[in-house]
Amino acid sequence: MADQILPIPGSLDTAPSRGAAFLEWLHSWVVTVDHKKLGILYIVYALFFLLVAGVEALVIRIQLAIPNNHFVSPEVYNEMFTMHGTTMVFLVGMPILFGFANYLVPLMIGARDMAFPRLNAFSFWMTAFGGLLLYYSFIGGFGLYGMGAAPDVGWWAYAPLTAKAFSPGHNTDYWALALIVSGFGTLGTAINIIATILSMRCRGMTLFRMPLFSWLMLVVSGLTLITITPLTAAQIMLMIDRYLGGHFFDTQAGGSAVVWMHFFWIFGHPEVYVLVLPAFAIANEVIPVFSRKAIFGYPAMVSASVGIAFVSLTVWAHHMFTVGMTSVGNAFFALSTMMVGIPTGIKIFNWLATMWGGKIRFATPMLFCTAFVMQFLMAGLTGIMLSVAPWNWQLHNSYFVIAHFHYVLVGAIVFCIFAAIYYWYPKVTGRMLSEKLGKWHFWLFFIGFHITFDIMHFVGILGMPRSIYTYEADRGWNTLNMIISIGGMIQGAAVLIFVWNLIDSYLHGDAAGNDPWDAWTLEWSTPSPPPAYNFAEDPVVRSRRPLWDLKHPNDPDWKYER
Amino acid sequence: MAFLLFLLAASAFAESPPSLPSTLSPVSTPAREILSLSHFVLLITGSIFAVVGGLLIYVIFRFRARGPDSEHEPAQVYGSVQVELAWTVIPVLIVVVLFLTTARIIFAIQDAPEPQSALDVTVVGHQFWWEFRYPKLGIVTANELHIPVSTDSNPAPTYLKLLSADVDHSFWVPQLGGKTDLIPNHPNQMWIDPHTPGLYLGQCAQFCGIEHAKMLLRVYVDSPEQFAAWVKNQEKQGVDDQTVAAGRRVFESQACMNCHTISGTAAKGTFGPDLTHLMSRATIAAGAAANTPDNLRAWIQDPNNFKPGALMPAMQLSDEETNEVVAYLSTLH
Repeated sequence: MADQILPIPGSLDTAPSRGAAFLEWLHSWVVTVDHKKLGILYIVYALFFLLVAGVEALVIRIQLAIPNNHFVSPEVYNEMFTMHGTTMVFLVGMPILFGFANYLVPLMIGARDMAFPRLNAFSFWMTAFGGLLLYYSFIGGFGLYGMGAAPDVGWWAYAPLTAKAFSPGHNTDYWALALIVSGFGTLGTAINIIATILSMRCRGMTLFRMPLFSWLMLVVSGLTLITITPLTAAQIMLMIDRYLGGHFFDTQAGGSAVVWMHFFWIFGHPEVYVLVLPAFAIANEVIPVFSRKAIFGYPAMVSASVGIAFVSLTVWAHHMFTVGMTSVGNAFFALSTMMVGIPTGIKIFNWLATMWGGKIRFATPMLFCTAFVMQFLMAGLTGIMLSVAPWNWQLHNSYFVIAHFHYVLVGAIVFCIFAAIYYWYPKVTGRMLSEKLGKWHFWLFFIGFHITFDIMHFVGILGMPRSIYTYEADRGWNTLNMIISIGGMIQGAAVLIFVWNLIDSYLHGDAAGNDPWDAWTLEWSTPSPPPAYNFAEDPVVRSRRPLWDLKHPNDPDWKYER
Repeated sequence: MAFLLFLLAASAFAESPPSLPSTLSPVSTPAREILSLSHFVLLITGSIFAVVGGLLIYVIFRFRARGPDSEHEPAQVYGSVQVELAWTVIPVLIVVVLFLTTARIIFAIQDAPEPQSALDVTVVGHQFWWEFRYPKLGIVTANELHIPVSTDSNPAPTYLKLLSADVDHSFWVPQLGGKTDLIPNHPNQMWIDPHTPGLYLGQCAQFCGIEHAKMLLRVYVDSPEQFAAWVKNQEKQGVDDQTVAAGRRVFESQACMNCHTISGTAAKGTFGPDLTHLMSRATIAAGAAANTPDNLRAWIQDPNNFKPGALMPAMQLSDEETNEVVAYLSTLH
């Protein structure tokens, strides 16, 4: 009896079939609560939607390449720009940055996982289902023009265009519900990151010895809790208006369109900082390592980040200079917006000072970060121009604004995301990304970016408004739009190279080793990829750069830090 | 470098002829003040860009790693209170200057009192066309705004009251001034005082639905004589030409009159543009097509020909009825 083999499925001594092994592998990803696996899921999910929203952007650019074009109908065009914006902000920007936070924060602070691993998994799947819900509208959303209508009210979804009277059917509901669902996921992750950073740091890691990356993620998470809340509240009010006879935003029954704008932008403007602070976080890690110097002015960087978060909560109505606020209101929001320039200026100067006197290695991550500094400078300055309320009356809702915020969202954030992927991909996969393809990717993307978004400022100044599916041929915008569209195609080609690099290097890349960049933060002390438990022994740190101390025992950081 | 290009290109485009809807060729006080303010802001931001961008480029070339001595780490500098204080205080000073300049122009434009000689026009935004009402003159028209030129010797600014019948819109004619939104339940106001007669183009600048792109605006700035003549014609009732009575019958017996007004007739609808003086306008469908009999015919047969999604339905008239209606409309000068 004892030596008889029982036919138990999955018993230890039966080799699993190929299919079973695949199911096992898939299962391990679905049920995982490991912060690293969830981080990877977030990032892969976001990269998938980056491609989707990129295709939507190219549809927009093909349509606008020539005047009075008929490439897509107005219905489809309106869906494209709505979905492009919504996807890029909610399904690309936030998930990818939370993905990096998920993967890196525990490693950087010497923890074995996030504070709440199950909440972590729950948050990811909420975000994921939010995305699926949004995109299901292409199949199931019944809109003004029949079945299969995606949301088409703009990603800002101004009332009363979203009211039942003007948006019958369900496509606006898909938009609102998807954002509520993914919003809950976002809140969960934010709470988790705050708890992790406040309570899981390893021995010796005081708050002021944390890598700046973790500091910024702490600030971002706090800001997220403040900003996602009004958005969720506004979406619920919108649903009450649409289905329960509420009149919050229903102007036909005395509701207020302006109140929606306030709700949306009290979320929407800090949201920009929720997206861009993680980009700063990435630059704060990459720039010092590739300049071979400690970050310049660490305390100033921390306080500037906290300062940006606070100031960002006071600027929302600079999106509303044209809605007829009082002159005093306009002046207030002009001033508060200009003040954002002070802490962001400090950051740019500190990055420059970090590079100053260094020995800068221009590997691909550093190329992206250097371009980021230049582009973020430009984005900040066009932001100052837009904060000048009277000039804003001209520039608002023109392509100048589109150019400005793409300078932030692409020129700063996407560039930093690429930098982060080139920088940490070796840690995550154990293999290096190809430098050669990386340089192709960088230069093509850099050139395409500038062709597209530099020119966009001019069409805006020449009077071209946003959100229009086509334009008249006699307005003086034809040549510039063609150039912009060509730039968009170049960026598309660069992203294809990037995707190829991700896949090819995963299969054939050079082995990375623990610490390919000769870096200084704790994640580089682990094997690549790190084991499930991260650290066999709990690390103990004495400075902000624990690996520098190890590598330079005669000249450790803790002697000099202030 | 991008910024220098910016300045160069901005000045190059400034030469463009005034018929293009460019913010760089203003013909009205608000637009002019904004342009000169923008030059000042460009000067400051351009200088910042030149200095900081120049530093970055210097750093890139001066401090790039070279040769085999990359084994040695550079000197580690952790910060400097003096330097950091300097680059905090200088931006604060710049912000103060920028803010004071900005505030001055905000108050100068926004709080300018309305003079006695001003013309009042009520602008009502509709999906997807403009309604213009001249309350003191009793005129109602659509999509093509006529206003008098305003000169130093004879100032005649136009004060626009901005309303919306449905969703948010925004009134933007870049050469005349900044944009102001038309929001339901939220009346707004703006003023313009164009100094040069001519035709100025603009369009709706707040996404308002499917045909937002074809909600175009034409502003005719007339000499005082032209404007007086235009007003005189607009104040008349619709032309009653017996030779097109058949068309008028069709118009009044079909759904047309439910939405459109032709003064002096039974047609008193207000959902669509007032057609009393349709032939005094150069375009139809809010600028989507030229006002020709062929276009009118195509529009009546199916508005989707020019504006897919326009709220006027295809009228399902027979060819004969269509021709009669077009003949009738063509007399409405």
